[in-house]
Amino acid sequence: MTAPLLSARGLQKRFGAVVAADAVNIDVPAGQRLSVIGSNGAGKTTFVNMVTGYLKPDEGEIRLEDRDITRLSHRRIAGLGICRSFQIPQLCLDLTVLENLLMAVAAAGNRFSLWRSADDAEHRERAELLLKRFSLMADAARPVSELAGGVRKLLDVALALARRPKLLMLDEPTSGVSADEKFAAMERVMEALEGEAATVLFVEHDMDIVSRFSQRVIAFYSGRVIADGAPAEVLANADVIRFVTGGTAK
Amino acid sequence: MRAAKSFAVAVALAFALAAAGLLAPKWLLFLATMAASHALAVLGIVVLMRGGGASFGQGMFFAIGAYVAAMMPHALGITDAVLRSLLGMVAAGVVAAVFAPMLARYRGIFFAMLTLALSMVLYGLLSKSSAVGGTDGLTVAKPTLFGMLLTAERADYVLFVVTVALCVLASWAIAVYKGSVAGLLAQAVRANSLRVEYLGASSQRSLATTFVLCGILGGLGGAITALVLGHVEPEFTNWTTSGEFVFIAVLAGQQSVAAVFVASLLLEIVRSFSNLYFPNTWQLALGAFLLLVILFRPDGIGSLWAVRRKARMAPAAPALQERRA
Repeated sequence: MTAPLLSARGLQKRFGAVVAADAVNIDVPAGQRLSVIGSNGAGKTTFVNMVTGYLKPDEGEIRLEDRDITRLSHRRIAGLGICRSFQIPQLCLDLTVLENLLMAVAAAGNRFSLWRSADDAEHRERAELLLKRFSLMADAARPVSELAGGVRKLLDVALALARRPKLLMLDEPTSGVSADEKFAAMERVMEALEGEAATVLFVEHDMDIVSRFSQRVIAFYSGRVIADGAPAEVLANADVIRFVTGGTAK
Repeated sequence: MRAAKSFAVAVALAFALAAAGLLAPKWLLFLATMAASHALAVLGIVVLMRGGGASFGQGMFFAIGAYVAAMMPHALGITDAVLRSLLGMVAAGVVAAVFAPMLARYRGIFFAMLTLALSMVLYGLLSKSSAVGGTDGLTVAKPTLFGMLLTAERADYVLFVVTVALCVLASWAIAVYKGSVAGLLAQAVRANSLRVEYLGASSQRSLATTFVLCGILGGLGGAITALVLGHVEPEFTNWTTSGEFVFIAVLAGQQSVAAVFVASLLLEIVRSFSNLYFPNTWQLALGAFLLLVILFRPDGIGSLWAVRRKARMAPAAPALQERRA
């Protein structure tokens, strides 16, 4: 049996009296698109932060392709193939959209050079491909500071994708996007991901988006996984309805 | 191809400036040479600021370059102006490389104050060390150039040409660096180091690299100043010297390499004339001058032409060349 792409075992994380992760066990096979749901403070972002190296678990182990990454820095983890976007897009505001992408592509190349142009043919080709995939060509020359929130979200995902990650983690990719535009924005992200063959895990609050775009859903409550399975099954789970989505079970 | 083109432009510029120097009076040659050598040290600060650092201690590298250039004839028998300048530059770069990993762990005011602390330690060492002349400093032996002795009539012009050549080369190298992978990452580190780290690149390595470049440029500037001035002293690493470099960096802004040289020349001119016409209050004129620049050109005088050039180029060429000066 092949090892899962990502395996989290017995993750435990406390912030004082608050339990942010409690015996979290999650396996993610390669190629899957899964969403993580839960109310505020349920432990979704803590899980993403532990996997991407921003937080270290108090207990437990995280493995990427059977390699222990639990104590590695977020930079090393990114280098090994786990990249992420952020709830609040993390961009270089005074650079243009194209420069942000060229920077991401150059960083992904691991070729720190004082003379190799950041805008050479190889970097430019990859950056332009990402611009096209995310429909950002028209904004290429604009400084990020001039962009609307939705476009910033797309660029944040595009940056995370520059390295061709094995696992892409999107922290609330549609937050801050208007209700009318959420579906279109997520469509654009998912279409852009088609050609990249990345395993995608996204944190999301909108259950319509969760149902439409994920093959598997993991529900968190109070730092624990309370349901894990196909979207229809998880969203019909009594605990999920009670603690996450609201309403009453049928 | 782009690098080759910009190098050709740099060489042409060097020849034009060297030719212009033939027509300039001696006092102007001296003033321009001093402005250019100081501008190199300031260029180091600008490179560092562009990469997310700030230095209040650039005088340290300036002094290291100057003292190495001054001591070469006695220590190693090297009198050549170019060689002494390059050795001063290398020595400053080595010292910067030693401290860079430690400094790159800090940001903002902590980084800046550490550079100031290091420069003041050197100030103390130089002031107390009789081997390097203590507070009196050292007299610098007259330089030669490729084995030729420089006569008093020719020395000013020859040193001006050497300075122009080294400045143009350094500026070209920095222009190449600004468009390089390391140059773009440095800019990104200043804007958002967290994002850079999450893309797999090291913000500490980026900052350490810009600090070494800052040191190299400071050392080269100091070495040239020593040769032109004929005297070195601990004042070179005092906080007032570093403050003056920061002053010029603010005046120039970060958008253009050329602006650094223009700002340095402007400062030398303002200082010379203020000193001449109101010797006891020339700092007042200097302060008022900086105040006006900050009020009306907060991005420095480089923004006068860098922004216009950017606007002109934006639709056709949205790439990095917009941001290179």
